[in-house]
Amino acid sequence: MIPLSMFPIRRSPGLCVLLLALAAGCRPEAPRPGERSLTVFAAASLAEPFGEMATAFERSGGGIPVRLNVAGSQQLAAQIVRGAVADVFAAADRDAMKFTADRGRVLEPAVLARNRLVVVAAARPDVDAVLVSLLNLATPGLKLVLAAPEVPAGRYARQALRNLSRAPGYGAEYADRVLENVVSDEVDVRAVLTKVKLGEADAGIVYASDVAGDGAAAQLAGVRVIEIPEAYDVEAEYVIAQLRSVDDSAAAAAFIGFALGPAGQAILERHGFLRRRTTP
Amino acid sequence: MKGAALAVRIFAGLAVGLVTAFLVLPVVALLLRVSPRGLLAELADPEVREALRLSLATSFAATALVVLLGLPLAWLLASARFPGKRILEVLVALPMVLPPTVAGLALLLAFGRAGLLGGAFSALGISIPFTTAAVVLAQMFVALPFFVGAAAAGIRGVSPLFGEVAATLGAPRWYAFLKVIVPLGLPGLVAGAAMGWARALGEFGATIIFAGNLAGVTRTMPLAVYVRFETDLESAVALSVTLLAVSFGVLLAVRTGPFGAPSDAVRAGR
Repeated sequence: MIPLSMFPIRRSPGLCVLLLALAAGCRPEAPRPGERSLTVFAAASLAEPFGEMATAFERSGGGIPVRLNVAGSQQLAAQIVRGAVADVFAAADRDAMKFTADRGRVLEPAVLARNRLVVVAAARPDVDAVLVSLLNLATPGLKLVLAAPEVPAGRYARQALRNLSRAPGYGAEYADRVLENVVSDEVDVRAVLTKVKLGEADAGIVYASDVAGDGAAAQLAGVRVIEIPEAYDVEAEYVIAQLRSVDDSAAAAAFIGFALGPAGQAILERHGFLRRRTTP
Repeated sequence: MKGAALAVRIFAGLAVGLVTAFLVLPVVALLLRVSPRGLLAELADPEVREALRLSLATSFAATALVVLLGLPLAWLLASARFPGKRILEVLVALPMVLPPTVAGLALLLAFGRAGLLGGAFSALGISIPFTTAAVVLAQMFVALPFFVGAAAAGIRGVSPLFGEVAATLGAPRWYAFLKVIVPLGLPGLVAGAAMGWARALGEFGATIIFAGNLAGVTRTMPLAVYVRFETDLESAVALSVTLLAVSFGVLLAVRTGPFGAPSDAVRAGR
């Protein structure tokens, strides 16, 4: 063991400079004129429309580049509460937003868009044979993947299954029987789609927007969509809010305005989202 | 010259202090966030016990398989000369530097139902993803290089004279290996197995991609920590501390156990 006290640290200016430089490098978001950028945390299902929106916003507005961080809403909410630096948060449900709002991290949220759920089935002959209608989701041995119950998509999916339990011919225990078939609780909705696309899982429940819109052809490779009747489907509501105490409040507000405005809404619609209701 | 020596000493002292603090501080931060009562409450949670049980069972199973199947490879790499040996060594070490997510994807594409060997497995009625077996495979994939590397080094450390003497006395090569080389190289083998086990216990990325995440089947402790980070930080911290205690206990037992320190006699070949 080397006794540290014997080292005259003060006499080493070079090292002090090095340490200071290291410390300075750690400072996030040092405000520099002309280098403004906006950090947007967005739900996994918003990846494509927000990517497009970021480009459109950069072109239309003051040329502020947008950095996107895409993950499960519940994960983003946890990161924000634990001090992640962001300007805007777009969540796939009100719960994730409330988690951050309750801890004083966001300003008043606004409704961004709506979405529906669909069942996706792996396009494999063995699955085609078994999974014909939603009733077959309860077939014992079917490999079903859902987003985890903590993930908005997972919560919505379980709600839809409970709704279907009330449908004629499904039976009250339908949801429980289907949940028996769950082989994995995925951490976001895109992971659900990927496992079904790869053919590793037989089926999953994802957002309609995940398999619709512009990228539909690519998204649908290896996947068959089974619609959930509207009466039993869940209407997912996306919310967007500005974080408290951000560097550039005007830019954050401008991005949210863009997302809620006609251009932003048109992009969302093209990607299979439903327009937000203007009257609450 | 004296000034340069002093500067080096200052740098070394600072580096030791900084690195030690860097490694210890996060652990201290975890420990500070958890109370003994909170920890006990978490351990009473059936889901936590299930995750802990699963983690221990899979990591020990993976380690046992890694030792059993990895030892011949370590022996080969340590004692034989053949063309392409360097390439084989790099291939064996590769999973160490692969991001675990890449490992998970690779495992899925190889052993998944729709993967390279998927058809063969299906014919046998086997489907690996989303099973506990997939967890063990993911852990083996990341643990094997650690064991094989350390075991090969341990075997190389044993003087070949021992094997030759055994051979002159009429022992077959495999017998001499098992009865002479393995016991003498045991410290390296044990250290390698311990490293492999620790890596298996901590496995996360490959598991969540290849095996999925289901309580009691594939949700090991690292996955449980990840899931709970989002919903219940206190619980995530308690789980982390539990995992930390288990790892610390096992590694300490290995270090201080009978095969902890490599014997000098073996190294010198005396």
